[in-house]
Amino acid sequence: MFSLAIIVTAVLNGLMTGAVYALIAVGLTLIYGVLHIINFAHGALLTAAMFAAFFAHKLLGLDPYVAAIFLTPLFFVLGYALQRCVIGPAAHGDDRNILLVTLGLAVVIENALLYEFRADTRTINLPYAFDVIEIGTTFLAVPRVVAFVVAFAVALALWLIMRFTDTGKAIRAVAREKLGAELSGIDVAHIYAVTFGLGTACLAIAACLLVPTYYVNPHVGNAFVLIAFTVVVLGGMGSVPGALIGGLFVGVVESLSGYYFGESLGQISIFVMFILVLLLRPSGLFGARA
Amino acid sequence: MKGLAPILAAVALLAAVPLITASNVVLNFLVLALLIALVGQGWNLLGGYGGQYSFGHAAFFGTGAYATAILQVHYGINAWAGFAIGIAAGALIGAVIGALTFRSGLKGSHFALVTLAFAEVLRIIASVAPITGAGVGTLIKLDLRPEAFQFQSRAPFYWIALALVGISLLLMRAIEHSRFGAYLVAIRENEDAAQALGVNTTIVKLGAMTISAAITAAGGCFYAQYFLFIDAGIAYGPWISIEALLAPIIGGVGTVFGPLLGALVVKTLGELGKLATGDAPGLDLVIYGCVLILVVAVAPRGIAGMLLDLRRRFLSSKTAAPPALERGHG
Repeated sequence: MFSLAIIVTAVLNGLMTGAVYALIAVGLTLIYGVLHIINFAHGALLTAAMFAAFFAHKLLGLDPYVAAIFLTPLFFVLGYALQRCVIGPAAHGDDRNILLVTLGLAVVIENALLYEFRADTRTINLPYAFDVIEIGTTFLAVPRVVAFVVAFAVALALWLIMRFTDTGKAIRAVAREKLGAELSGIDVAHIYAVTFGLGTACLAIAACLLVPTYYVNPHVGNAFVLIAFTVVVLGGMGSVPGALIGGLFVGVVESLSGYYFGESLGQISIFVMFILVLLLRPSGLFGARA
Repeated sequence: MKGLAPILAAVALLAAVPLITASNVVLNFLVLALLIALVGQGWNLLGGYGGQYSFGHAAFFGTGAYATAILQVHYGINAWAGFAIGIAAGALIGAVIGALTFRSGLKGSHFALVTLAFAEVLRIIASVAPITGAGVGTLIKLDLRPEAFQFQSRAPFYWIALALVGISLLLMRAIEHSRFGAYLVAIRENEDAAQALGVNTTIVKLGAMTISAAITAAGGCFYAQYFLFIDAGIAYGPWISIEALLAPIIGGVGTVFGPLLGALVVKTLGELGKLATGDAPGLDLVIYGCVLILVVAVAPRGIAGMLLDLRRRFLSSKTAAPPALERGHG
């Protein structure tokens, strides 16, 4: 039972899953870091993106990896519009209102999908879904390896955007000092919306990486987003590197505890970790500033 | 006794409904609205007066419901005693979660997150633990005697739900006029200032959470007796956490009548939606979500706030009118 090979397999699989968690969490933490809000609509938007990837394959015959090229800009625009036209104006700048508006959005999106597509669980069949790569004694599914690599590439791209582009600098300026940024001529409402758009675009990529190996139903995003919240809290709210490390860590913990305790209790271990971290170290395990 | 007359009038008016109609559809609708009003009043104390927005009131609703059901089914305890113990169990869970979160200084979105997580943990436990019937759920045996908290007709259920709502209204009015209520509102408006002025904010919030949990748990106990069936998704599911905050926010957050007004509006909207398109799953929640966003955007103080504004405008126009008339004559 404690065979090394099985543990290695569990850890490697955990890292693969963890990379996707990290990507979802990066979107969430980016929005938190700049807008200082927790986006409760994150899970519902992920569900919407997974449905979009599913139907791109079913109706247009697009491979999910190809669909990502179209869905990413589409979801950027969607996120931009949501912040600019719904969340921003409706919330009047009050934190409690933002909580409620994003919760309301989540309820609307999730249940609109439930109404339209019912609770049926759908999957797509891809020719390469069961291809594996052999590493020593371990077999890894190709789509999961692709997810791992792409998730890291996206995180790197995001880091480059934040570091070297004017928009990235403006985002960091707004995150650090909103009033000062506004005084030096940065359009804060625009930057907020861009940040929200980037966070949502991450979801579109994550969705396209998930769809080849995961099922789609109207509640599928919830499971991921609660994990993403855990990752964000673990990594320190607003910290992108923290989200990456946190995502991998949570992926491994889930994989190992799922292996030893069974799936339901494995899920509980994540929540328990989440609650404990929030109660004991709300600023995160990796020491980012709260 | 300011504020007492409207409560008594509203309860008396609603109490007369079963005398006018015996329609099960009408009574069922009102029972569900009253249930949401009760659950929402619990949320309103902590969220509306105290400013601590919980996204996990299902934790208290579900604990009340499961305690009532399990005590009857597995331990043969009388339903009324189970009802009382269920309320106490809900209050206990509220006190425990409150003690953990408030001592850690969690507020705002962190508080919302951690309450959500507690409700989810309880839901997962309830969906696997043998004593809750795991995935199958818990069925309370049919035993149509008042001693067993079961009735032939809907009317007694309706009056009990109304009595519970009436008690919650009186309690909320009493809290609003008490020192405790003033502390709570001070915490909502500016917690640091309240603390600087000597309010023990942790204790006040903890008290509010415990009472809030007890009120919401009463709703859960009532639900178990009314439907005689619960499972993990009903008891601890996100739907009840959402309805618990929807009713007070739509009706008027931090007002005595907000949850009752909001519950009636929310349930009416849900029924209208079902009439318009047939009973499709999800549609009522789509409507609720849109209404939630609209209310936050347009009327942050809910229906009660709008009514108060209207009254103020009406009163000020009455006092301003006579000079204008005189000028008209002169």
